[in-house]
Amino acid sequence: MAFLNNLISGISLGSVYAIIALGYTMVYGIAKMLNFAHGDVIMIGAYVSFCATSYLELSPLLSIVLAAAVCTALGVVIERLAYKPLREAASLAVLITAIGVSYFLQNAALLLWTANPKSFSSVVGAGSVSLFEGGLIISHVTLATVAACIIIMIALTLFTGRTKMGTAMRAVSEDKGAAQLMGINVNTTISVTFAIGSALAAVAGVLLCSAYPLLVPTTGSMPGIKAFTAAVFGGIGSIPGALLGGLMLGVIEIMSRAYVSMQLSDAIVFAVLIVVLLVKPDGLLGQRRNEKV
Amino acid sequence: MKKLFSPGRRDYTISFGIVILAYLVVQAMILTGNITSSFKGQLVPICAYIVMAVSLNLTVGVLGELSLGHAGFMSVGAFGGIVATTALADAIPFAPLRLAVAMAFGGLLAGIMGVIVGVPVLRLKGDYLAIVTLAFGQIIMNIVNVLYIGRDARGLHFSLLEQRFELGEGGKMIINGPIGVSGVSKLSTFTAGFLLVLATLLLILNLLHSRTGRAVMAVRDNAIAAESIGISITRYKLLAFVVSAVFAGMAGTLYAMNYSTVTAAKFDFNTSILVLVFVVLGGLGNIWGSIIAAALLTVLPELLRAVNDYRMLLYAILLIAMMLFNNSKLKERLLAGRHREVE
Repeated sequence: MAFLNNLISGISLGSVYAIIALGYTMVYGIAKMLNFAHGDVIMIGAYVSFCATSYLELSPLLSIVLAAAVCTALGVVIERLAYKPLREAASLAVLITAIGVSYFLQNAALLLWTANPKSFSSVVGAGSVSLFEGGLIISHVTLATVAACIIIMIALTLFTGRTKMGTAMRAVSEDKGAAQLMGINVNTTISVTFAIGSALAAVAGVLLCSAYPLLVPTTGSMPGIKAFTAAVFGGIGSIPGALLGGLMLGVIEIMSRAYVSMQLSDAIVFAVLIVVLLVKPDGLLGQRRNEKV
Repeated sequence: MKKLFSPGRRDYTISFGIVILAYLVVQAMILTGNITSSFKGQLVPICAYIVMAVSLNLTVGVLGELSLGHAGFMSVGAFGGIVATTALADAIPFAPLRLAVAMAFGGLLAGIMGVIVGVPVLRLKGDYLAIVTLAFGQIIMNIVNVLYIGRDARGLHFSLLEQRFELGEGGKMIINGPIGVSGVSKLSTFTAGFLLVLATLLLILNLLHSRTGRAVMAVRDNAIAAESIGISITRYKLLAFVVSAVFAGMAGTLYAMNYSTVTAAKFDFNTSILVLVFVVLGGLGNIWGSIIAAALLTVLPELLRAVNDYRMLLYAILLIAMMLFNNSKLKERLLAGRHREVE
């Protein structure tokens, strides 16, 4: 039963990673950049939700909507100001700019909310469901996280597959120039991608802090790196890959924490990633790109 | 005369000239007392970061592979060097020599780690390669974090995860898991740092202008073309990567020996990124750009001390602004104007 409990908390953590990884993977697929500031957008989302519930006394659901709105705006503004001028630049230049944005967000949060940890109260309450006469305990946060992940996955798959904007996104990620020739507004498409990714980051931030309630300006860094790893794990640019990568990463992390070593869990997660990439260099669900001479 | 002013030679003269001049100026400032104590404390870290940046430039700029785990090699060198100095405390009483031996040992360990990491990593490409170096950096940090090394009359004792050995009479813990290292004698001096920078420059610039260096650059520019003329891609990639790791290890020893307490967490992802920022801002493949960027950006937060709370925020804004400027039309226009004047 302990195993099942661990598996469930692994899936719960993995769902959060998956939601964050979706943001990475979509932005990578379209803008071909590693958005290192994504982890810090998560942190901003969590802070906004925290402020909305504790200072403005809004309902938890409304606080999530507010956090998503703020992060969406933030994501679009960041893209316009920092990334758009560099669209033709070398990918390393964009990477360093993203790191600059990440520093900026962390330090802005440090000034706004200080380094004192805020204790985040769960948006779905502290209750839990107990099955098998208390042998299996699933908290409401876990249920909400997994449900949110499933809903987001379905919605995104439908969005990219069925809508005009989604088709545009796939076209831009395939070939920016050709997409433009077909009358697709590349700038709008990239903005929408950042907007969706950042809104997802806000949701992920709220869910993450509901499960692990200490909120500091660096809250987003480590989950950001892990989710980025998850995105690569599953094959960066692939939406089902992000889900698979996130879930696997979460489960491996919790399992190694429970059965191998608390301190070495991160090392094990990264070691598995290395092994996977050596066997499948494009990630689990990534597409093989053939090299042309 | 013509040879003296060929691009390669000029790069040499400028690099060495500036480094030696900077050393002399700072020494003069120290002698006349015209130096703040916070700046003085930054001197050894600046040297260590310069070596880090120059060595990372070899991987990122010259070899063209993005590495996000350079701090891992620094960590290996730092802790290897500390173990070496503690173990040799009685054998080599002369401190500068002990530091040199420690650096060599730290560099050697980092080089071995470079081979272990490099062999699998260099089979990958682009962003996948980057993420695996990140992963290795995290793994190294995690493992050093649970490493226990102690020394007593019987010799050195190692264990992982928890302390599984008892130290004899007069024994001393060298690395104490997550608490790290404490109470090490600070052997690093500014002169030692300066000498390491000089040695690094001499070796790396010579490497770049040698047959080997050109082979590495050929691999970067077009791997398939390079292979077709008989350059072994794997060999030169690994060579550049390992040389880069060795220097990072030596920089790690220098850096660690400047503090009395060092923890594994110091050499994390953020440190790798910091060094990468130096390399990119200095210019990929441009060795003396790396030196200037490393020195300036290490001092910059100190210089911004006047605005205290806002200094890291300003640092971030400056970083973004510099990257935007570097790739802007404005810079192109300014450069174009300058060229016209020369004509």
